[in-house]
Amino acid sequence: MIESLLSAQVLLGILTSGIRLATPYLYAGIGETFGQRSGVLNLGVEGQMLVGAFAAFYAVQRTGNLVLGLLAAIVVGGLMGLAMAFVSVTLRAKQGISGIGFFLFGLGMSDLLFQTLLGTVQTVSGFRPVSIPLLSDIPVLGPIFFNQNLLVYTAYLLVPVADFVMNKTTLGLKIRAVGENPEAADSLGVSVARVRYITVTLGGVLSGIAGASLSIALLNVFQQNLTSGLGFIAVALVYFGGWRAWGLLAGALLFSMVNALQLWVQVLGIPIPSEFAVMMPYVLTIVALVIAVQRVRPPTALTKPFIREG
Amino acid sequence: MALRWSSYPQPSQRARWAARSGGGIPGLLKAHFNVNEILSTVMMNQIAVQGMNFLLLGPIIDPVQLERASRIPQTARISSTFSLPRLVPTRLHLGTVIAILMAVAVYILLWRTTLGYRIRAVGLNPEASRYAGINVARHVALSMALSGALAGLAGVVQVFGVNFRMFTDGSATGFTGSAGFHGIVAALFGQLHPLGTIPAAFFFGGLLVGANRLQRAVQVPAALIVTLNGLVVVFVVSTELWRQQRARRRAAEIARENEDPASVDVSPLDELEATA
Amino acid sequence: MRKITSLVVMVTLLALAVSACGAGGGDADGTFRIAVVTPSAINDLAFSQSIYEAMIKVQQAKGGADNLEFVVSENMFVVDDAGTAIRDYASQGYDLVIAHGSQYGGVLQEIAPDFPDISFAWGTTVDTFGVDNIFAYEARSEEGGYVNGVMAGALTESDIVGVVGPIETGDAKLYVDGFIAGVRAQNPSAQVNSNWIGSFSDVALASEAAQTHVSAGADVMAGTAQMVVGAIGVAKDNGVLWFGTQASQTSLAPEIVVANQIYDWSGVILEIIDLMGQGTLGGRSFEITLENEGLYMDYNDAFDLPSDVRARADETVQGIIDGTIDVLP
Repeated sequence: MIESLLSAQVLLGILTSGIRLATPYLYAGIGETFGQRSGVLNLGVEGQMLVGAFAAFYAVQRTGNLVLGLLAAIVVGGLMGLAMAFVSVTLRAKQGISGIGFFLFGLGMSDLLFQTLLGTVQTVSGFRPVSIPLLSDIPVLGPIFFNQNLLVYTAYLLVPVADFVMNKTTLGLKIRAVGENPEAADSLGVSVARVRYITVTLGGVLSGIAGASLSIALLNVFQQNLTSGLGFIAVALVYFGGWRAWGLLAGALLFSMVNALQLWVQVLGIPIPSEFAVMMPYVLTIVALVIAVQRVRPPTALTKPFIREG
Repeated sequence: MALRWSSYPQPSQRARWAARSGGGIPGLLKAHFNVNEILSTVMMNQIAVQGMNFLLLGPIIDPVQLERASRIPQTARISSTFSLPRLVPTRLHLGTVIAILMAVAVYILLWRTTLGYRIRAVGLNPEASRYAGINVARHVALSMALSGALAGLAGVVQVFGVNFRMFTDGSATGFTGSAGFHGIVAALFGQLHPLGTIPAAFFFGGLLVGANRLQRAVQVPAALIVTLNGLVVVFVVSTELWRQQRARRRAAEIARENEDPASVDVSPLDELEATA
Repeated sequence: MRKITSLVVMVTLLALAVSACGAGGGDADGTFRIAVVTPSAINDLAFSQSIYEAMIKVQQAKGGADNLEFVVSENMFVVDDAGTAIRDYASQGYDLVIAHGSQYGGVLQEIAPDFPDISFAWGTTVDTFGVDNIFAYEARSEEGGYVNGVMAGALTESDIVGVVGPIETGDAKLYVDGFIAGVRAQNPSAQVNSNWIGSFSDVALASEAAQTHVSAGADVMAGTAQMVVGAIGVAKDNGVLWFGTQASQTSLAPEIVVANQIYDWSGVILEIIDLMGQGTLGGRSFEITLENEGLYMDYNDAFDLPSDVRARADETVQGIIDGTIDVLP
């Protein structure tokens, strides 16, 4: 039976499923990475994803326009990000708690709006898989990598872009400075508040898109608590990735691939109790970190509000 | 966070040992492999829940359930000799008293013992502690093991005082109803001081229970209640700034009164915050 | 500290005030009052929706809201909160409190003895704990599962059938066991792959599980619990047939949903109300079955079901009803 697990069909299936499953983690995780690098912890990602998912779903359900749906998710996610920024930066609230407050708000609000505006569970026609002309003809790998929907492609493209922004642009430099040593950054004329507002709002936008990737692309449905803990896993993966976009990609792919693997384990009837199969991605993520033995530290100013002295 | 690693329907010492190892694993991973504790504990949540599901559907299932075709994942009811006594006439059980005692015990441990001093030192400045000769790895692992033990105790108290059996509600939180999660919020509300968690936990518990009461009385959708909970949390936590400004103003006033800026009298809570 | 204290006071006062409003209690004018506590949303197209729809039917049968009023506390998946809710409703004088969730058994066992004049109903199980004010009700979901399985076995051309389930327990397990038995009875050469995803709410994982089944060659699928909406979406995209349970899932994918096993609890509830009228407050257990029409098969008219398969299904239903078919021996 283990041989059947290693067959081409199964391996290809695992790769394709893994790539799909990783998409929302990538969006939400990159958003959170920006925020945390600038020193703000946002535990409300899950709430932002849910309201973004609903906004996108509702827009598409009413108008059939996918772009409008995506915009709705961006706007709504951005607004929640802005609110988080306001509470964390201007009001200097404890970030762990405010995040969870936003999570509860997002969870309840999305469900409330769903019940009031839609009422029943239904599907929409979301983003369909789009094959990239030449690349998808590559034997074997072509259909896996290059026959996904638009939001999947964008998620993966986001990784090098995020890495570039963080490490090769002035904005990125400011973000990192604000996260490591806000006092020094402030004395050099960087507006700590403005940088943090930008990163946290951006985080909200990306979380909203993550939600939309579920409701109008991958699943094409909205239901109460659609994300079911995904946002929190995404935050955890930021730590796995050592606050780097490529590290996040590794974590998201590892987690999702192993998840896809355990699905196949069950479908192929390999005699592992289903509970242990479900555990596999979580165990292997920890094991991977142990093996990788990283020497990264969190941004020094993470969760500490910046107070201008004098 | 590894709240569910305990609570077998057996004497609670074994449960606490299980919880200690559950909490100790992330601690050891952090100490020796620098595995970030947020990552390891979030992952272990799901590992613990699935492990518990496995046990509840298998080895420790209620024999009554085995006979039925539908196997509800729960254990047999524990015998009343093990249940925690109630503080009559309320439904409050001994667990509440235990919780408050533990909070005081943790305060004493952290602020009045050498071990506690070292734990705090390691948290504040690991490099300096290492220079001072404190074994950082050991204290990190130890503090997480203690944390796990307390979480396990919470699980034990819940099982022996309220549920009287182990079960799962099918969600990603087992039987705890997100208590571990809420505990983090309570800890933060309590300014990360053990004595602060006592009123914070009561407040947060009151919020959750009161919200459900509201739902029943007015028959609003449960979703509205969750939204309101979120808003209340955000608003309460947003008063931080106002609170800090008020403390500073008070300190400035007192300084002015004494006409000696050097002898600024800080409020007790700010003092706790400074040492926390 | 002051802020926290004042907030505690505020919240407590609010809760007290609100509960004082609520504790009107008692039958104002002979209106029968029922309270329902359920673990998921009432529009989940599955478990909780079934009890909600049953209550609507019961209310109509009894002549409307003047004669019978009911309230629902949904999303009570935290058992402790559900227990508080049940206790609250009982102390507010509701005549019947329905605890619609197998996980509520423990708390019900503690609460019912405190309220000997109130009747409680517990689903889905047959255990009344020997307490005489608890009714128990269960669905023999394996029956409809079997019928669905027979149809699935007949309709599959690839001889591979996929099942997506939450946690292998209770109602879900009964249904899936019945389904697999039905497939095997109809089509011994068919292979049934099942996947228990470990959660009742992870739609994304259910969707990928379905995708995995499709990649493994399944052309017919079934599943249970509220997260299967993800699986149904995948079925729709791949032209794979779907069999539903607990509520009608046809609306999600009319092109490929073949049939649903519908739960109708109204008969059970009406019987309970009658028994209460005669003075029995509990100690009895009920089952909804194909025979008593608490379970019934709902066929999707938009789907072109071959008549021989439909005949086979009807035969199977009859066989189960008159006992010639033993679903789970």
